[in-house]
Amino acid sequence: MPDGMHTKTAMLEIADLHGYYGESHVLHGVSLEVRQGEVVTLLGRNGAGKTSTMRAIMGIMGKRTGSIRFQGQELIGMAQHRIPRLGIGYVPEERGIFSSLSVDENLTLPPVVKDGGMTVPQIYDLFPNLKGRGSTQGTRLSGGEQQMLAIARILRTGATLILLDEPTEGLAPVIIEQIGVAVRALKARGFTIVLVEQNFRFAATIADRHYVMEEGHVVDMIPNDQLDANMDKLHTYLGV
Amino acid sequence: MTMQTRDTVHEGIVMYGGSPKILMVGAGLLLAVLAPYVLYPVFLMKVLCFALFACAFNLLIGFAGLLSFGHAAFFGSAAYIAAHTVKEWGWAPEAGLLAATVVAGLMGLVFGLIAIRRQGIYFAMITLALSQMVFFLALQLPFTHGEDGIQGVPRGLLFGLFDLSQPLTMYYTVLAIFLAGFALIWRTVHSPFGQVLKAIRENEPRAVSLGYRTDRYKLVAFVLSASLAGLAGGTKAIVFQLASLTDVTWQMSGEVVLMTLLGGMGTLFGPVVGAGLVVTLESYLASTSLPVPVVIGCIFVVCVLVFRRGIVGELMHRLTGKGNR
Amino acid sequence: MSQLLGIPPQALFGQLLLGLINGSFYALLSLGLAVIFGMLNVVNMAHGALYMVGAFVAWLLLSYAGVGYWGALVLAPLVVGLIGLVLERTMLRRLYKVDHLYGLLLTFGLALIFEGAFRHWYGVSGQPYPIPDLLKGGTNLGFMYLPTYRGWVVAASLLVCLGTWFAIERTKLGAYLRAATENPTLVQAFGINVPVMVSLTYGFGVALAGLAGVLAAPIYQVSPLMGSNLIIVVFAVVVIGGMGSILGAIVTGLGLGLLEGLTKVVYPEASNIVVFVIMAVVLMMKPAGLFGRER
Repeated sequence: MPDGMHTKTAMLEIADLHGYYGESHVLHGVSLEVRQGEVVTLLGRNGAGKTSTMRAIMGIMGKRTGSIRFQGQELIGMAQHRIPRLGIGYVPEERGIFSSLSVDENLTLPPVVKDGGMTVPQIYDLFPNLKGRGSTQGTRLSGGEQQMLAIARILRTGATLILLDEPTEGLAPVIIEQIGVAVRALKARGFTIVLVEQNFRFAATIADRHYVMEEGHVVDMIPNDQLDANMDKLHTYLGV
Repeated sequence: MTMQTRDTVHEGIVMYGGSPKILMVGAGLLLAVLAPYVLYPVFLMKVLCFALFACAFNLLIGFAGLLSFGHAAFFGSAAYIAAHTVKEWGWAPEAGLLAATVVAGLMGLVFGLIAIRRQGIYFAMITLALSQMVFFLALQLPFTHGEDGIQGVPRGLLFGLFDLSQPLTMYYTVLAIFLAGFALIWRTVHSPFGQVLKAIRENEPRAVSLGYRTDRYKLVAFVLSASLAGLAGGTKAIVFQLASLTDVTWQMSGEVVLMTLLGGMGTLFGPVVGAGLVVTLESYLASTSLPVPVVIGCIFVVCVLVFRRGIVGELMHRLTGKGNR
Repeated sequence: MSQLLGIPPQALFGQLLLGLINGSFYALLSLGLAVIFGMLNVVNMAHGALYMVGAFVAWLLLSYAGVGYWGALVLAPLVVGLIGLVLERTMLRRLYKVDHLYGLLLTFGLALIFEGAFRHWYGVSGQPYPIPDLLKGGTNLGFMYLPTYRGWVVAASLLVCLGTWFAIERTKLGAYLRAATENPTLVQAFGINVPVMVSLTYGFGVALAGLAGVLAAPIYQVSPLMGSNLIIVVFAVVVIGGMGSILGAIVTGLGLGLLEGLTKVVYPEASNIVVFVIMAVVLMMKPAGLFGRER
């Protein structure tokens, strides 16, 4: 572990996490930790267990064993709806914008769980595209705007840890750029972020550390400043 | 469809595969032949009529995944047709039964054309609504005699030879009708047509993408099921010499669902067992002060909550030792 | 159609009013069914039985506790709603992971139990329920005579229907409901207790049926079988309207009630089956229903 990391306490600690969807065993002993204020990515090929790890944290998984601790509290066994109330915000891969809700309703849907969330004007400053679209049907927005909305609605809630599942998937480079700016701004505001990414070039511009997953567990951890030195290894992992 | 009846068709084949199974079927047949010497023939005939009705219903739910909540329309209408043709027009019983079956089949065609446009829950609601329309028609059309029904239907001479007023002759006729209907269902389920139905039940979009015109298959299954339900209803009218409103009510549609559920949806013998049990239970309850619908309703609830495989389904599951898949 | 000319306007409007009243009940009941279906994916076959229970609770309150109509109007839906909560918590909940048809079968069994039990206790003959004093009498509108109670039923049903529509489409709670209908998992991942919402939705849906039962008590007699035949018509209404929209359920219910009334004037023999015929026609032309979305 690089020096200097010990100064901050672990916000999220996952140890030997196994997860199952019905009969299929998808997570095979995931262990990782995320410290307060860090941006950490989960890298890996399709099916490596990145999204499943996020779903396991949120409790959206049939059966989990092992340990997931958030600020010292064990999440395994906790009622599903209580997990986000601890201050964890989830932005799913498919974005999850509701078609029967307007943009405003989508934005204000997640309940405020902690003090210190961003205000709606602050959110509009961060995502100017969403301004003035309040009464539009949620799913009428473009893909990029929907992604922004999916992130935006979490920021209001006061969540301090944000799980971002592939925020750049299927988006044009110029939009990816905007999302990157926003994520960096969030980091500057002190949010802790776990990011699932296929696009590690994007990941490299914002992350502090990268966990590499393969076949349902973490196989490596690469600090961002050592990314260049480990490029060959990473290429092998990701099969690029 | 994810109903827990998936493997039972296959298991049904297994039942016929080994020689002990053949022995069991043979023993069953022997029992059916000897039964009227021990039990009341009228009771047995009632069981057989409902068993055929339930088997016909099961062809849809168990092998095509379609829940019809309006099968009483075919059963009851066919009873009216058989009773009317035999009593008012003086037709021979076999002609009356044929007419009953054909009319039920035609009704099935009309119902089917309308209902197969929607699936699952909607299919159930549409068939229920259409059968309620048939109920109102039966209530209002003059030939059904409203609340009285068609009473005193003569049993007549089958093929001009067999006097059906003899209880044993009537019984063996009903047994033959049941066995013929059952054999037809057995054949259908194990034919290539039955395999396609099964594929539709498992995954309709996939069946469509394989090039099957699934609506046609479902429609044929529906018509076949309606015809056999009609044959059962017509037979019942001849046996009891009565066609009444009871047989077209939605409660009757519910009853056949229960028989099938209790015995085991998607198993060949389940509906027979279920029909036997329900008919026995009802005749027992009739002599007590217990309210029949409440008991029936409780069985429904228990079956749905903890016994979804039904009796035969559960037995097969235990015997073959297959775990959840 | 030439018969239409021979019909006195009194009879025409009288039947249309009857149709409107039936339509109000169709609307209230199909609204509850639609709300439940949206959230639970269950066709609540017990809906008619719970409507009957609502009427019986009103009658029992009056007969044994001296609680009158206005008290019953509040208490009976609460009782029915509570019954619904218990049913959802103890039984329906176990079926969400299996085929949706099992929900239908379970609620069918429950309907048999409720109806059978009340039939066992109170027989098939109806119990009369008096119109409350405040709503007795009527008004001559010139072209027809409007009994006050019937006017009240139409107005109250409309108010409740529109109130429900407003609550679902225009409030925060309604936004949760709509969102959870689309994607319950995600709503849960925002920290909302979706299982509780589901229970409350079922409770609310059947409470609407209970309310309809109280409204119906003074018009139709309170009988164990009052719900079973009505509910099948309501199923047809739901198929015609499609389950997609709340407003659709209300409009279809009222419209079909009126149409039924009109049929009673023009061709009485067909009045029982006209809704079913329309259902068949709609299905041939627009399988998803008038306001429905394919799902």
